[in-house]
Amino acid sequence: MTDILTIDKASKRRARQLTLDAVSLTLAAGERVALLGHNGAGKSTLMKLILGLTSLDGGQIRIAGAKPGSDSARRATAFLPEAVSFHKSLTGRDQLALFARLAGVGTAPVAGLLGRVGLAEAADRRIGTYSKGMRQRLGLAQVLLGKPAVALLDEPTSGLDPISRQELYTIIDELAAQGTAVLVASHALTEVEARTDRIAILRNGRLVANDTLARLSHKAGLPTKLRIRARHGEADRIAADTGGRRINGASVELSCAADAKMDHLRRFAAMTDIVEDIEMTPPRLEDLYRHYAQEEGA
Amino acid sequence: MIGRILAVARTELLIVRRNRWLFLATLIMLLFALALTFAGSAPTGTLGVDRLTVAVASMTTLSVYLAPLLALMMSFDSIAGEVDRGSLALLLSYPAGRGEILGGKYLAHLAALAFAMTVGFGTAGLVAAATGGASLESALALGRLIGTSILLGAVFLAIGYMLSSLAGSPAAAAGLSAAVWLVVVVLYDLGLLGAVVVDAGGYFTQNVFPWVLTANPADAFRLWNVAASPDVALATGMAGVAGSLPVWAAPASLAFWLVAGFALARAALRRLEP
Repeated sequence: MTDILTIDKASKRRARQLTLDAVSLTLAAGERVALLGHNGAGKSTLMKLILGLTSLDGGQIRIAGAKPGSDSARRATAFLPEAVSFHKSLTGRDQLALFARLAGVGTAPVAGLLGRVGLAEAADRRIGTYSKGMRQRLGLAQVLLGKPAVALLDEPTSGLDPISRQELYTIIDELAAQGTAVLVASHALTEVEARTDRIAILRNGRLVANDTLARLSHKAGLPTKLRIRARHGEADRIAADTGGRRINGASVELSCAADAKMDHLRRFAAMTDIVEDIEMTPPRLEDLYRHYAQEEGA
Repeated sequence: MIGRILAVARTELLIVRRNRWLFLATLIMLLFALALTFAGSAPTGTLGVDRLTVAVASMTTLSVYLAPLLALMMSFDSIAGEVDRGSLALLLSYPAGRGEILGGKYLAHLAALAFAMTVGFGTAGLVAAATGGASLESALALGRLIGTSILLGAVFLAIGYMLSSLAGSPAAAAGLSAAVWLVVVVLYDLGLLGAVVVDAGGYFTQNVFPWVLTANPADAFRLWNVAASPDVALATGMAGVAGSLPVWAAPASLAFWLVAGFALARAALRRLEP
């Protein structure tokens, strides 16, 4: 795989404070990477650096071999800013036509792209009448112009309803399938979990995690939660036997390491007389995120 | 590059047409110009000039105030508004340079301003000529008025972009623009007037004042129109100052501000981090 976006020890200083501290991250063509972090962790700054909107104080960034902000880098990059809005007097078609002309691809793809993001009906209405979700979808349409090598999406799901979110991730998958490297900054953890190949977590300007979800959870050693629903009156016995915690009259909750999970499952499965049901919750991205984003020191 | 400038200009023209800016600016120019043409028709007999000359003189005074005002009102939101909407960062992620974006906006706003000026002053001039007579010279004065008004507007468009880039928010940009208009167009003259009165015809009034006056683009515009036409000078009562300066002074001042204004706007936009 070829790395299309390489970030090498990128640092950015604002008012003597390091907003980004030697962040290194690479994206291969067709890879979908989620960029997570709390507010002010440096996600937007990193995107601005990649776009060349602000200058690096250290390290270097290359987009398909070109410097950020250079003509070829900008040609190769698509961007969706967080909660973007457009001039209310323009129609969706006008606005997308402007972007198409600026991108140098001509206005031929405009109608098709508006249809692709579900704005065909609203194409000739003024953006002033659009809902937040529609403006977001218009923003997404311009990302699809001209097959970018890298797509940077800053909080793309904000303001979208659940159906539109699903569609957004379908579009991200299509982008990745055509070879675009997609970097998604997001707070919508559950979606990112299923729809990205790799997760990078920023904390106070430093990259604290950068791996697949499975490997990150293994490294973090986060427990899997088992919830056992007991048959009538047997909850106490199960709790006492397994060292679990009774959470209500009929259920026991138990945390176990990932590698001990199967042993526990086999044991409970054998207790057919007292165990009615077993529910298993592997560590969620939320847990992982909390682990990496809040971990002190190190 | 030209294609991208035109793409931005085309979009901006759509905006000034859609939000009725073009219509309103033209209407304002037309109404004021017509009103002044008729209100100012009284002194024709006393001064011995045709009505169009008097109308041009009145409209020159009008344009000193109105051209900068319209230009600033068109331009104050153009950068700050994009920053506010988050669309400037997006625009700059395209292969369009900051100069190209600025150039496109400038082209569109200038075209809108030129349209409003030409229609407003042109119609008023035609009406004046039809009802009170005109001459080749007064027709030339009208043409000069329209041309220099567009130039004055261009200077203040650029100043508006600069303020819009520096302000940080549309509200701050509006406030800054109003303040700059007040200082450059109104208070500057009042201050100089006070200085001349205090100086009582001394060295300052004789040698410094005309140059300080010309340094202001709004006054340079006024002087240019006055100096080029003795009749207009007579009608505006500014013959004295106009006569004490070389003819190139006022055009040079406007040309300087045209270039400097755009350069400053470009520099301010370059510094801006969206």
